[in-house]
Amino acid sequence: MSDKKHYKITVNGKAEDVIAEPRELLIYTLRERLNYTGPHIGCETSHCGACTVTIDGKSVKACTMFIAQADGKEITTIEGLGGPDDLHPLQMAFKEHHGLQCGYCTPGMITRATKLLEENPNPTEEEIRFGMAGNICRCTGYQNIVKSIQAAAAEMNAAKEAAE
Amino acid sequence: MIPAAFEYYRPTDLSGVIAILQEHGDDARVMAGGHSLIPMMKLRMAEVPHLIDMQDVAGLTGITIGDTITIGAMTTQAEIIDHAGLAEAAPIMREAALQIADPQVRYMGTVGGNVANGDPGNDMPGLMQCLDAEFTLVGPDGERSVKARDFYEAAYMTDREDEEVLTAVSFAKPAGGYAYEKQKRKIGDYATAAAAVQLVKDGGTCASASIAMTNLSDTPIYSDAAGAALTGTSVDADAVKAAVAAMLGDIDPVEDNRGPVAFKRHVAGVILARAIERAWSRA
Repeated sequence: MSDKKHYKITVNGKAEDVIAEPRELLIYTLRERLNYTGPHIGCETSHCGACTVTIDGKSVKACTMFIAQADGKEITTIEGLGGPDDLHPLQMAFKEHHGLQCGYCTPGMITRATKLLEENPNPTEEEIRFGMAGNICRCTGYQNIVKSIQAAAAEMNAAKEAAE
Repeated sequence: MIPAAFEYYRPTDLSGVIAILQEHGDDARVMAGGHSLIPMMKLRMAEVPHLIDMQDVAGLTGITIGDTITIGAMTTQAEIIDHAGLAEAAPIMREAALQIADPQVRYMGTVGGNVANGDPGNDMPGLMQCLDAEFTLVGPDGERSVKARDFYEAAYMTDREDEEVLTAVSFAKPAGGYAYEKQKRKIGDYATAAAAVQLVKDGGTCASASIAMTNLSDTPIYSDAAGAALTGTSVDADAVKAAVAAMLGDIDPVEDNRGPVAFKRHVAGVILARAIERAWSRA
Protein backbone atom coordinates (compact mmCIF):
# COMPACT_ATOMS: atom_id res chain seq x y z
CA MET A 1 0.00 0.00 0.00
CA SER A 2 0.85 3.66 -0.17
CA ASP A 3 2.90 3.52 -3.34
CA LYS A 4 4.56 6.65 -4.58
CA LYS A 5 2.31 8.98 -6.50
CA HIS A 6 2.77 11.86 -8.85
CA TYR A 7 1.95 15.29 -7.41
CA LYS A 8 1.97 18.70 -9.06
CA ILE A 9 2.47 21.82 -7.00
CA THR A 10 3.41 25.38 -7.87
CA VAL A 11 6.17 26.87 -5.73
CA ASN A 12 6.87 30.59 -6.04
CA GLY A 13 5.23 30.56 -9.45
CA LYS A 14 7.20 27.58 -10.74
CA ALA A 15 5.46 24.32 -11.61
CA GLU A 16 7.05 21.41 -9.77
CA ASP A 17 6.48 17.69 -10.26
CA VAL A 18 7.05 15.36 -7.36
CA ILE A 19 6.98 11.60 -7.00
CA ALA A 20 6.41 10.81 -3.34
CA GLU A 21 4.42 8.77 -0.87
CA PRO A 22 1.23 10.58 0.17
CA ARG A 23 2.39 10.58 3.80
CA GLU A 24 5.42 12.74 3.06
CA LEU A 25 5.10 16.03 4.94
CA LEU A 26 5.14 19.08 2.70
CA ILE A 27 8.10 20.60 4.55
CA TYR A 28 10.26 17.62 3.51
CA THR A 29 9.07 17.82 -0.08
CA LEU A 30 9.99 21.48 -0.20
CA ARG A 31 13.34 21.21 1.54
CA GLU A 32 14.70 17.85 0.49
CA ARG A 33 13.19 17.13 -2.91
CA LEU A 34 12.85 20.63 -4.32
CA ASN A 35 15.65 22.39 -2.41
CA TYR A 36 13.51 25.24 -1.07
CA THR A 37 15.44 25.36 2.19
CA GLY A 38 14.02 28.71 3.32
CA PRO A 39 11.19 27.25 5.38
CA HIS A 40 12.81 25.55 8.38
CA ILE A 41 12.00 22.55 10.52
CA GLY A 42 11.84 23.73 14.12
CA CYS A 43 9.62 21.76 16.44
CA GLU A 44 7.95 19.62 13.78
CA THR A 45 4.89 19.47 16.02
CA SER A 46 2.76 22.33 14.63
CA HIS A 47 3.83 24.79 17.31
CA CYS A 48 6.83 26.89 16.33
CA GLY A 49 5.90 28.19 12.87
CA ALA A 50 9.45 28.02 11.44
CA CYS A 51 8.05 25.97 8.52
CA THR A 52 5.32 28.51 7.68
CA VAL A 53 4.54 28.91 3.98
CA THR A 54 1.60 30.48 2.19
CA ILE A 55 -0.76 28.05 0.47
CA ASP A 56 -3.64 29.38 -1.60
CA GLY A 57 -3.65 32.55 0.49
CA LYS A 58 -3.38 30.96 3.93
CA SER A 59 -0.43 30.82 6.31
CA VAL A 60 0.20 27.11 6.82
CA LYS A 61 2.69 25.12 8.88
CA ALA A 62 4.23 22.89 6.24
CA CYS A 63 5.07 20.24 8.87
CA THR A 64 1.34 19.65 9.31
CA MET A 65 0.30 18.99 5.73
CA PHE A 66 0.88 15.89 3.65
CA ILE A 67 2.16 16.32 0.12
CA ALA A 68 -1.03 14.58 -1.02
CA GLN A 69 -3.11 17.40 0.49
CA ALA A 70 -0.96 20.00 -1.24
CA ASP A 71 -1.43 18.47 -4.68
CA GLY A 72 -2.59 21.19 -7.09
CA LYS A 73 -1.85 24.06 -4.70
CA GLU A 74 0.06 27.30 -5.10
CA ILE A 75 2.75 27.65 -2.47
CA THR A 76 4.87 30.65 -1.59
CA THR A 77 8.03 30.26 0.49
CA ILE A 78 10.40 32.94 1.75
CA GLU A 79 12.39 32.46 -1.47
CA GLY A 80 9.39 33.73 -3.38
CA LEU A 81 9.17 37.01 -1.46
CA GLY A 82 12.52 38.52 -2.39
CA GLY A 83 16.18 37.74 -2.92
CA PRO A 84 19.48 39.29 -1.77
CA ASP A 85 19.27 41.97 -4.46
CA ASP A 86 15.58 42.76 -4.17
CA LEU A 87 14.59 42.30 -0.55
CA HIS A 88 10.90 42.40 0.32
CA PRO A 89 10.07 45.39 2.58
CA LEU A 90 9.62 42.94 5.46
CA GLN A 91 13.01 41.36 4.84
CA MET A 92 14.57 44.84 4.69
CA ALA A 93 12.80 45.89 7.88
CA PHE A 94 13.92 42.76 9.78
CA LYS A 95 17.48 43.52 8.67
CA GLU A 96 17.37 47.19 9.61
CA HIS A 97 15.53 46.81 12.91
CA HIS A 98 17.44 43.77 14.11
CA GLY A 99 14.31 41.61 13.95
CA LEU A 100 16.42 38.48 14.28
CA GLN A 101 19.36 37.12 16.15
CA CYS A 102 20.06 33.52 15.16
CA GLY A 103 17.66 33.83 12.23
CA TYR A 104 16.21 30.34 12.45
CA CYS A 105 12.60 31.49 12.90
CA THR A 106 12.92 34.38 10.46
CA PRO A 107 11.71 32.78 7.20
CA GLY A 108 8.53 31.61 8.94
CA MET A 109 8.15 34.95 10.72
CA ILE A 110 8.41 36.95 7.52
CA THR A 111 6.23 34.61 5.47
CA ARG A 112 3.54 34.80 8.15
CA ALA A 113 3.94 38.58 8.44
CA THR A 114 3.31 39.07 4.69
CA LYS A 115 -0.09 37.48 5.11
CA LEU A 116 -0.80 39.42 8.31
CA LEU A 117 -0.09 42.75 6.57
CA GLU A 118 -2.12 41.69 3.57
CA GLU A 119 -5.14 41.16 5.82
CA ASN A 120 -4.44 44.10 8.10
CA PRO A 121 -2.15 46.75 6.55
CA ASN A 122 -2.18 48.92 9.69
CA PRO A 123 -1.93 46.58 12.65
CA THR A 124 -1.53 47.77 16.22
CA GLU A 125 1.21 46.25 18.34
CA GLU A 126 -1.38 44.03 19.99
CA GLU A 127 -2.71 42.89 16.62
CA ILE A 128 0.82 42.08 15.47
CA ARG A 129 1.53 40.05 18.58
CA PHE A 130 -1.78 38.18 18.24
CA GLY A 131 -1.35 37.67 14.50
CA MET A 132 2.19 36.36 14.94
CA ALA A 133 1.31 34.09 17.86
CA GLY A 134 1.87 30.96 15.78
CA ASN A 135 5.56 31.77 15.33
CA ILE A 136 8.02 31.26 18.15
CA CYS A 137 11.34 33.09 18.49
CA ARG A 138 13.80 32.08 21.21
CA CYS A 139 16.24 34.96 20.76
CA THR A 140 14.69 38.36 20.35
CA GLY A 141 11.97 38.52 22.96
CA TYR A 142 9.80 39.61 20.02
CA GLN A 143 10.23 43.35 20.60
CA ASN A 144 12.30 43.90 17.48
CA ILE A 145 10.13 41.57 15.44
CA VAL A 146 7.14 43.75 16.28
CA LYS A 147 9.17 46.86 15.43
CA SER A 148 10.26 45.37 12.11
CA ILE A 149 6.71 44.52 11.11
CA GLN A 150 5.51 48.00 12.09
CA ALA A 151 8.31 49.56 10.04
CA ALA A 152 7.54 47.35 7.04
CA ALA A 153 3.85 48.20 7.29
CA ALA A 154 4.65 51.92 7.24
CA GLU A 155 7.02 51.44 4.31
CA MET A 156 4.54 49.35 2.32
CA ASN A 157 1.68 51.77 3.00
CA ALA A 158 3.80 54.73 1.93
CA ALA A 159 4.82 52.94 -1.26
CA LYS A 160 1.20 52.10 -1.97
CA GLU A 161 0.12 55.72 -1.45
CA ALA A 162 2.92 56.99 -3.67
CA ALA A 163 1.79 54.62 -6.41
CA GLU A 164 -1.81 55.83 -6.25
CA MET B 1 8.16 12.21 12.77
CA ILE B 2 6.90 10.15 9.89
CA PRO B 3 3.42 8.67 10.14
CA ALA B 4 2.65 5.10 9.14
CA ALA B 5 1.86 4.63 5.48
CA PHE B 6 -1.71 5.13 4.36
CA GLU B 7 -3.86 5.06 1.28
CA TYR B 8 -5.00 8.60 0.45
CA TYR B 9 -8.38 9.54 -1.00
CA ARG B 10 -9.71 12.92 -2.08
CA PRO B 11 -13.34 12.34 -3.09
CA THR B 12 -15.47 15.17 -4.44
CA ASP B 13 -18.85 14.24 -2.99
CA LEU B 14 -20.30 12.77 0.18
CA SER B 15 -21.42 9.53 -1.45
CA GLY B 16 -17.81 8.96 -2.44
CA VAL B 17 -16.73 9.50 1.17
CA ILE B 18 -19.38 7.17 2.56
CA ALA B 19 -18.50 4.45 0.03
CA ILE B 20 -14.89 4.45 1.27
CA LEU B 21 -16.05 4.42 4.91
CA GLN B 22 -18.35 1.48 4.15
CA GLU B 23 -15.55 -0.43 2.51
CA HIS B 24 -12.95 0.11 5.22
CA GLY B 25 -14.93 0.68 8.44
CA ASP B 26 -12.83 1.98 11.28
CA ASP B 27 -9.65 1.53 9.22
CA ALA B 28 -10.75 4.69 7.42
CA ARG B 29 -10.89 8.20 8.86
CA VAL B 30 -12.11 11.43 7.37
CA MET B 31 -9.81 14.41 7.72
CA ALA B 32 -10.91 18.05 7.58
CA GLY B 33 -8.11 20.51 8.38
CA GLY B 34 -5.99 17.73 9.80
CA HIS B 35 -4.52 19.79 12.62
CA SER B 36 -5.63 17.33 15.29
CA LEU B 37 -5.31 14.15 13.24
CA ILE B 38 -1.96 14.74 11.50
CA PRO B 39 -0.05 15.42 14.75
CA MET B 40 -1.54 12.23 16.20
CA MET B 41 -0.55 10.29 13.07
CA LYS B 42 2.99 11.69 13.25
CA LEU B 43 3.23 10.53 16.87
CA ARG B 44 1.79 7.18 15.69
CA MET B 45 -0.89 7.53 18.31
CA ALA B 46 -3.45 7.36 15.50
CA GLU B 47 -3.12 4.78 12.78
CA VAL B 48 -5.18 5.52 9.70
CA PRO B 49 -4.70 2.99 6.91
CA HIS B 50 -7.23 4.81 4.73
CA LEU B 51 -7.21 8.58 4.96
CA ILE B 52 -10.10 10.47 3.37
CA ASP B 53 -9.28 14.13 2.75
CA MET B 54 -12.51 16.15 2.75
CA GLN B 55 -11.11 19.31 1.15
CA ASP B 56 -12.73 18.77 -2.27
CA VAL B 57 -16.10 17.51 -1.03
CA ALA B 58 -18.69 19.98 -2.26
CA GLY B 59 -21.30 21.64 -0.09
CA LEU B 60 -19.69 21.44 3.34
CA THR B 61 -18.61 25.04 3.85
CA GLY B 62 -20.56 28.19 4.56
CA ILE B 63 -22.46 29.94 7.30
CA THR B 64 -26.21 30.55 7.12
CA ILE B 65 -27.70 33.13 9.46
CA GLY B 66 -31.38 33.15 10.38
CA ASP B 67 -33.47 32.15 13.38
CA THR B 68 -31.37 29.02 13.06
CA ILE B 69 -27.67 29.37 12.38
CA THR B 70 -26.06 26.60 10.34
CA ILE B 71 -22.34 26.20 9.83
CA GLY B 72 -20.95 23.70 7.34
CA ALA B 73 -18.49 21.23 8.85
CA MET B 74 -15.58 22.34 6.65
CA THR B 75 -15.90 25.99 7.67
CA THR B 76 -12.59 27.03 9.22
CA GLN B 77 -12.04 28.87 12.48
CA ALA B 78 -10.59 31.75 10.45
CA GLU B 79 -13.81 31.95 8.42
CA ILE B 80 -15.84 32.00 11.64
CA ILE B 81 -13.73 34.87 12.97
CA ASP B 82 -14.07 36.85 9.73
CA HIS B 83 -17.84 36.40 9.27
CA ALA B 84 -19.52 39.70 10.21
CA GLY B 85 -23.04 38.25 10.21
CA LEU B 86 -22.07 35.46 12.58
CA ALA B 87 -20.21 37.87 14.86
CA GLU B 88 -23.44 39.82 15.20
CA ALA B 89 -25.85 36.89 15.46
CA ALA B 90 -23.76 34.65 17.73
CA PRO B 91 -20.76 36.61 18.99
CA ILE B 92 -19.72 33.79 21.33
CA MET B 93 -18.58 31.84 18.25
CA ARG B 94 -16.03 34.48 17.33
CA GLU B 95 -14.93 34.99 20.93
CA ALA B 96 -14.25 31.25 21.27
CA ALA B 97 -12.64 30.79 17.85
CA LEU B 98 -10.15 33.56 18.60
CA GLN B 99 -8.97 31.53 21.59
CA ILE B 100 -8.35 28.35 19.59
CA ALA B 101 -4.74 27.53 18.72
CA ASP B 102 -2.87 30.13 16.61
CA PRO B 103 -3.42 31.91 13.28
CA GLN B 104 -1.88 29.20 11.10
CA VAL B 105 -3.93 26.48 12.76
CA ARG B 106 -7.13 28.54 12.50
CA TYR B 107 -6.75 28.81 8.71
CA MET B 108 -6.86 25.01 8.52
CA GLY B 109 -8.86 23.88 11.57
CA THR B 110 -12.58 23.44 10.99
CA VAL B 111 -15.72 23.45 13.11
CA GLY B 112 -16.59 19.95 11.94
CA GLY B 113 -13.21 18.53 12.81
CA ASN B 114 -13.23 20.26 16.17
CA VAL B 115 -16.62 18.89 17.20
CA ALA B 116 -16.37 15.44 15.59
CA ASN B 117 -12.90 14.52 16.85
CA GLY B 118 -14.14 14.01 20.40
CA ASP B 119 -11.00 15.39 22.01
CA PRO B 120 -12.00 16.76 25.44
CA GLY B 121 -9.50 19.58 24.88
CA ASN B 122 -11.31 20.95 21.84
CA ASP B 123 -13.27 24.14 22.54
CA MET B 124 -16.20 23.85 20.13
CA PRO B 125 -17.87 20.80 21.76
CA GLY B 126 -18.51 22.62 25.04
CA LEU B 127 -19.58 25.71 23.17
CA MET B 128 -22.00 23.64 21.07
CA GLN B 129 -23.46 22.18 24.27
CA CYS B 130 -23.90 25.66 25.70
CA LEU B 131 -25.76 26.70 22.54
CA ASP B 132 -27.78 23.44 22.55
CA ALA B 133 -26.60 22.80 19.00
CA GLU B 134 -27.50 19.87 16.80
CA PHE B 135 -25.03 18.00 14.64
CA THR B 136 -26.04 16.67 11.22
CA LEU B 137 -24.64 13.24 10.43
CA VAL B 138 -24.87 11.64 7.01
CA GLY B 139 -24.36 7.92 6.50
CA PRO B 140 -25.37 5.11 4.15
CA ASP B 141 -28.95 5.23 5.48
CA GLY B 142 -29.33 8.98 5.06
CA GLU B 143 -29.23 11.91 7.43
CA ARG B 144 -29.89 12.25 11.14
CA SER B 145 -29.47 14.89 13.82
CA VAL B 146 -27.92 14.47 17.25
CA LYS B 147 -27.89 17.01 20.02
CA ALA B 148 -24.43 18.15 21.06
CA ARG B 149 -25.47 17.41 24.64
CA ASP B 150 -26.02 13.73 23.68
CA PHE B 151 -23.10 13.31 21.27
CA TYR B 152 -20.06 12.80 23.50
CA GLU B 153 -19.57 9.44 25.21
CA ALA B 154 -15.92 9.45 26.31
CA ALA B 155 -12.60 10.82 25.08
CA TYR B 156 -12.60 10.38 21.28
CA MET B 157 -15.81 8.32 21.57
CA THR B 158 -18.94 9.87 20.13
CA ASP B 159 -22.36 8.87 18.90
CA ARG B 160 -21.10 9.02 15.29
CA GLU B 161 -21.09 5.61 13.58
CA ASP B 162 -17.97 4.55 11.67
CA GLU B 163 -19.75 5.00 8.35
CA GLU B 164 -21.15 8.44 9.12
CA VAL B 165 -19.78 11.90 8.40
CA LEU B 166 -20.60 15.00 10.44
CA THR B 167 -21.62 17.57 7.84
CA ALA B 168 -22.94 20.60 9.75
CA VAL B 169 -23.68 22.13 13.13
CA SER B 170 -26.77 24.23 13.74
CA PHE B 171 -28.27 26.09 16.66
CA ALA B 172 -30.98 28.62 17.40
CA LYS B 173 -29.75 32.21 17.26
CA PRO B 174 -28.65 32.76 20.86
CA ALA B 175 -30.22 35.48 22.99
CA GLY B 176 -28.77 37.58 25.78
CA GLY B 177 -25.23 37.96 27.08
CA TYR B 178 -22.39 35.61 26.29
CA ALA B 179 -18.84 34.76 27.24
CA TYR B 180 -16.25 32.16 26.31
CA GLU B 181 -13.53 32.28 28.94
CA LYS B 182 -10.45 30.10 28.65
CA GLN B 183 -7.37 29.60 30.78
CA LYS B 184 -4.41 28.13 28.91
CA ARG B 185 -0.69 27.93 29.61
CA LYS B 186 0.31 29.45 26.28
CA ILE B 187 -1.04 30.26 22.83
CA GLY B 188 -1.79 27.01 21.08
CA ASP B 189 -2.40 25.04 24.25
CA TYR B 190 -5.63 23.34 25.14
CA ALA B 191 -7.59 24.76 28.04
CA THR B 192 -6.66 24.13 31.63
CA ALA B 193 -10.29 25.12 32.04
CA ALA B 194 -12.76 26.91 29.81
CA ALA B 195 -16.38 27.98 30.21
CA ALA B 196 -19.09 28.82 27.69
CA VAL B 197 -21.92 30.90 29.11
CA GLN B 198 -25.11 32.37 27.63
CA LEU B 199 -27.43 34.32 29.95
CA VAL B 200 -30.80 35.92 29.28
CA LYS B 201 -31.68 38.92 31.44
CA ASP B 202 -35.27 39.97 32.14
CA GLY B 203 -35.34 43.19 34.14
CA GLY B 204 -32.74 42.58 36.83
CA THR B 205 -33.29 38.84 36.89
CA CYS B 206 -31.63 36.01 35.04
CA ALA B 207 -34.40 34.42 32.96
CA SER B 208 -32.29 31.54 31.69
CA ALA B 209 -28.69 30.39 31.77
CA SER B 210 -26.73 27.85 29.78
CA ILE B 211 -23.29 26.76 30.98
CA ALA B 212 -20.81 24.25 29.56
CA MET B 213 -17.21 23.49 30.51
CA THR B 214 -14.22 22.36 28.42
CA ASN B 215 -11.37 19.95 29.26
CA LEU B 216 -12.54 19.17 32.77
CA SER B 217 -13.78 15.63 32.09
CA ASP B 218 -13.35 13.06 29.34
CA THR B 219 -16.23 14.82 27.55
CA PRO B 220 -17.43 18.41 27.52
CA ILE B 221 -19.70 19.06 30.49
CA TYR B 222 -23.05 20.77 30.11
CA SER B 223 -23.96 21.77 33.65
CA ASP B 224 -27.71 22.01 33.94
CA ALA B 225 -27.32 22.53 37.70
CA ALA B 226 -25.02 25.53 37.26
CA GLY B 227 -27.51 27.16 34.90
CA ALA B 228 -30.37 26.45 37.31
CA ALA B 229 -28.40 28.06 40.16
CA LEU B 230 -28.40 31.35 38.26
CA THR B 231 -31.92 31.27 36.88
CA GLY B 232 -34.30 33.49 38.84
CA THR B 233 -31.49 35.28 40.67
CA SER B 234 -29.99 38.74 40.17
CA VAL B 235 -26.63 37.03 39.45
CA ASP B 236 -25.15 38.47 42.61
CA ALA B 237 -22.07 37.08 44.33
CA ASP B 238 -24.04 34.38 46.13
CA ALA B 239 -25.66 33.19 42.92
CA VAL B 240 -22.30 33.02 41.15
CA LYS B 241 -20.89 31.07 44.07
CA ALA B 242 -23.82 28.66 43.91
CA ALA B 243 -23.39 28.20 40.15
CA VAL B 244 -19.66 27.49 40.58
CA ALA B 245 -20.41 24.97 43.33
CA ALA B 246 -23.00 23.27 41.12
CA MET B 247 -20.55 23.15 38.20
CA LEU B 248 -17.85 21.64 40.43
CA GLY B 249 -20.27 18.83 41.20
CA ASP B 250 -20.52 17.97 37.51
CA ILE B 251 -16.89 18.05 36.34
CA ASP B 252 -14.35 15.29 36.86
CA PRO B 253 -10.87 16.53 35.89
CA VAL B 254 -7.81 14.31 36.02
CA GLU B 255 -4.23 15.24 36.83
CA ASP B 256 -1.99 15.85 33.83
CA ASN B 257 0.73 18.29 32.70
CA ARG B 258 -1.73 21.15 33.18
CA GLY B 259 -1.85 20.48 36.90
CA PRO B 260 -3.30 18.40 39.70
CA VAL B 261 -7.02 17.92 40.23
CA ALA B 262 -7.32 20.51 43.02
CA PHE B 263 -5.70 23.16 40.82
CA LYS B 264 -7.96 22.39 37.88
CA ARG B 265 -11.04 22.61 40.08
CA HIS B 266 -9.81 25.93 41.41
CA VAL B 267 -9.19 27.28 37.89
CA ALA B 268 -12.56 25.98 36.70
CA GLY B 269 -14.26 28.00 39.43
CA VAL B 270 -12.33 31.17 38.64
CA ILE B 271 -12.98 30.85 34.91
CA LEU B 272 -16.69 30.16 35.31
CA ALA B 273 -17.14 33.11 37.70
CA ARG B 274 -15.39 35.40 35.20
CA ALA B 275 -17.45 34.06 32.31
CA ILE B 276 -20.72 34.57 34.21
CA GLU B 277 -19.76 38.11 35.17
CA ARG B 278 -18.82 39.01 31.59
CA ALA B 279 -21.91 37.38 30.10
CA TRP B 280 -24.14 39.18 32.64
CA SER B 281 -22.51 42.53 31.86
CA ARG B 282 -23.39 41.97 28.19
CA ALA B 283 -26.94 40.65 28.82
